Amino acid sequence: MAEKQIKNFTLNFGPQHPSAHGVLRLVLEMDGEVIDRADPHVGLLHRGTEKLIEYKTYLQAVPYFDRLDYVAPQNQEHAFALAVEKLLGIEAPPRAQSIRVLYAEIGRILNHVFTICAFAMDIGAMTPMLWGFEERERLMEFCERVSGARMHMGYFRPGGVALDMPAGLAEDIWKWADQFPKFIDDCEDLLTENRIFKQRAVDIGAITAEDAFDWGFSGPNLRASGVPWDLRKAQPYDGYDRLDFDIPVGKHGDCYDRYLVRIYELHESVKIIKQCLDQMPSGPVKADDRKISPPPRAEMKHSMEALIHHFKLYTEGYHVPAGETYTVVEAPKGEFGVYLVADGTNKPYRCKIRPPGFAHLQAMDHLTRGHMLADVAAVLGSLDIVFGEIDR
Amino acid sequence: MDLALRDLGDYIEAALSEAVIAVDLVGDELAVTVHRERIVRVLTFLRDDVNCQFKQLMDVCGADYPEREDRFEVVYNLLSLTHNQRVRVKLRTDAASPVPTVTGVFNSANWWERETWDMYGVYFRDHPDLRRMLTDYGFEGHPLRKDFPLTGYVEVRYDDLEKRVVYEPVKLTQDFRSFDFLSPWEGIQAQLPGDEKAEKDGNS
Repeated sequence: MAEKQIKNFTLNFGPQHPSAHGVLRLVLEMDGEVIDRADPHVGLLHRGTEKLIEYKTYLQAVPYFDRLDYVAPQNQEHAFALAVEKLLGIEAPPRAQSIRVLYAEIGRILNHVFTICAFAMDIGAMTPMLWGFEERERLMEFCERVSGARMHMGYFRPGGVALDMPAGLAEDIWKWADQFPKFIDDCEDLLTENRIFKQRAVDIGAITAEDAFDWGFSGPNLRASGVPWDLRKAQPYDGYDRLDFDIPVGKHGDCYDRYLVRIYELHESVKIIKQCLDQMPSGPVKADDRKISPPPRAEMKHSMEALIHHFKLYTEGYHVPAGETYTVVEAPKGEFGVYLVADGTNKPYRCKIRPPGFAHLQAMDHLTRGHMLADVAAVLGSLDIVFGEIDR
Repeated sequence: MDLALRDLGDYIEAALSEAVIAVDLVGDELAVTVHRERIVRVLTFLRDDVNCQFKQLMDVCGADYPEREDRFEVVYNLLSLTHNQRVRVKLRTDAASPVPTVTGVFNSANWWERETWDMYGVYFRDHPDLRRMLTDYGFEGHPLRKDFPLTGYVEVRYDDLEKRVVYEPVKLTQDFRSFDFLSPWEGIQAQLPGDEKAEKDGNS
């Protein structure tokens, strides 16, 4: 039989595809069922966050950060709070730092549970998703109890946190942390040695450490390639240096290793949560500076000064001295950076948000070239992409 | 940490004297301002030199300062895992003069530069694929420029008669409000309105 010439054709993956994780439009150039070139089109969820922040006071900018990576909102606020604190030259009190670390780790678990389960569902395992959302619901209840909002907390403010933890919450988190490893083990029972799961994930979308540097990888995706790099260890903030935890590192940089790194990070996060609860210092949760953090409600009832401060803080806001900073945190997805330029007024002059997912998605072409069409869903799921932060 | 960064700053200034304009150490962050045309040389040096080893380009972004002659600033944030240090490289440009692309040095620069082009209209010379990144297909203008209005120029809606999405000029049902809460006593203008007259009188 004469050989048939097959022409390359292009295929639109998304923007309405269940495993496109939102609104990704991926234009694939296919050679039969093999991918020749992947061209992600992003920006379908662009809301102009950076422009909006330039028109808001520093405090009003906080909730925008929740809406970036809506799977783990508090970690983004953390970066902004640290950036503003750096420019103001203040530090959050020890209790506030401890609460922030506690909730940042809750955010990490929220994120990793979601990612692992969504990844499993992308490649055919339904059950983890159903179990995972039960756990996420429990965690979101803790968020609700401390801030009033399940997801978009608006809780990490420059200078500390919005409110102290209510009585009894610490005990409930401890109880939850005791039983959570059981969930991780159940998940692992379903996935880690699962033949179908391994066939879909092992050696798919592998990236070497050298390439990962070149593409600007960070977080679990970088660690899966065998680089022991974690900002919580390397450039510690908010007292991470006082805590005892390990950094899981992968070997092959493929989808399976990225999954494993996240599983182990769940265990480490539980460890950190328990240490935070154990060593939680007492004291104030806001910086003791009335020009930056508002006075307590009771004080406002009898002190004129406090009332004026409250009024000024919630209308004009505080002035941040001119300067610029690039402040990073280890968000669950990787290095989340805020490049903040202040000009001495009450509004940021420029606030550039560096989302980790942007760099990871950029490598899609590199990761999927030569793979089959079905692997796109696996690679996408293992990279941990959320469009809120990529499109901003 | 600060001492090591100061050494690094001196080292970079000595090694790249023809490219570096200024080295600033602000707090614990090192910022190097360089000539626009030398950016590829600078980033290649920072990546490959044994004392720098900035193997990762974490971020490229723009900033707009309309009052300056070269109104745009392009900021490159680099990270060295070997030395656990960061450096910020900056250059200045305007809407007309292109910046050499650094996609040849770091693959990750590709999308960051596309985004900067999209948001500010900074043109990157020799970029392999300089399309818009975050805005709509066929979008006009560069939204993060300071002279671009917050509300934009066009809005979209689905037109039931034409059975497609249509673009229309922005119609605000309520005037755009941007309150200036800046206290005249604490604001950026230390001089109160009328003060300049007093000074003149005093001198004459």
